[in-house]
Amino acid sequence: MGPVLLVSIQVDLHDQLALSLQDDLTNAITTHGSKGVLIDISALSVVDSFMGRMLANIAGIARVLDAVTVVVGMQPAVAITLVELGLSLEGVRTALNIEKGITMLRAAVAHRDGPLHVMGDADDAD
Amino acid sequence: MLTTRTEQVVVREQHDIVNVRQVVRSWSLALGFGLVDLTKLVTAASEIARNTVEYGGGGTLQIEELRDGLRQGVRLVFEDQGPGIADIERAMTDGYSTGTGMGLGLGGTKRLVDEFDISSTRGAGTRVAITKWKRR
Repeated sequence: MGPVLLVSIQVDLHDQLALSLQDDLTNAITTHGSKGVLIDISALSVVDSFMGRMLANIAGIARVLDAVTVVVGMQPAVAITLVELGLSLEGVRTALNIEKGITMLRAAVAHRDGPLHVMGDADDAD
Repeated sequence: MLTTRTEQVVVREQHDIVNVRQVVRSWSLALGFGLVDLTKLVTAASEIARNTVEYGGGGTLQIEELRDGLRQGVRLVFEDQGPGIADIERAMTDGYSTGTGMGLGLGGTKRLVDEFDISSTRGAGTRVAITKWKRR
């Protein structure tokens, strides 16, 4: 599935730094031809609307660049707060931890690339 | 209702928003807030601090520890001398934003706290006060 970019956010990012991360990741996807991006936010005790929108942006940009993004490790209190705030992170795939995230990435990339392989394969027609 | 402790915090630049999150977090911890309530208050503070920086041209945050009988809580008062909010009702609507398109409007922030009070005068500034009480 090509190289997977693994990003672990370990500190509380100020807004400009969050935007830099978005830019750096976008460049890295192109440079490495990555099909998958895994973002670990387990160290983040707060995800406000700015950070939430940034995660959604990264997922959106990655999709356009033919990569799948999975956000892993969101703390329960953060999830509760985000939903109450009105940010449901639509379009962002999430998994509980890195291991499940990798599994999800594999499945998503395989599923997306899948139809190309099975096209014209009579046995797989449904 | 008694104010038992206060602190002033500068809210002028992006870095100050991070600082607001840290200070509000330590106050909430000191008061013994549960993790979910703490996270909600810190997140709400972060949202309003960003508005203060982005739209208000910077301002201040006054943190107040409250005691009302047996109840304990934290009130955060954000003040700026910016252009003010032209249409508060619209600013409170979910999804409404005039700035970088990163905002959510203040409606979501209001849901995270127990009390939310906003007043704004065009050309004179905006004051937002939010309060969260510790659950017993």
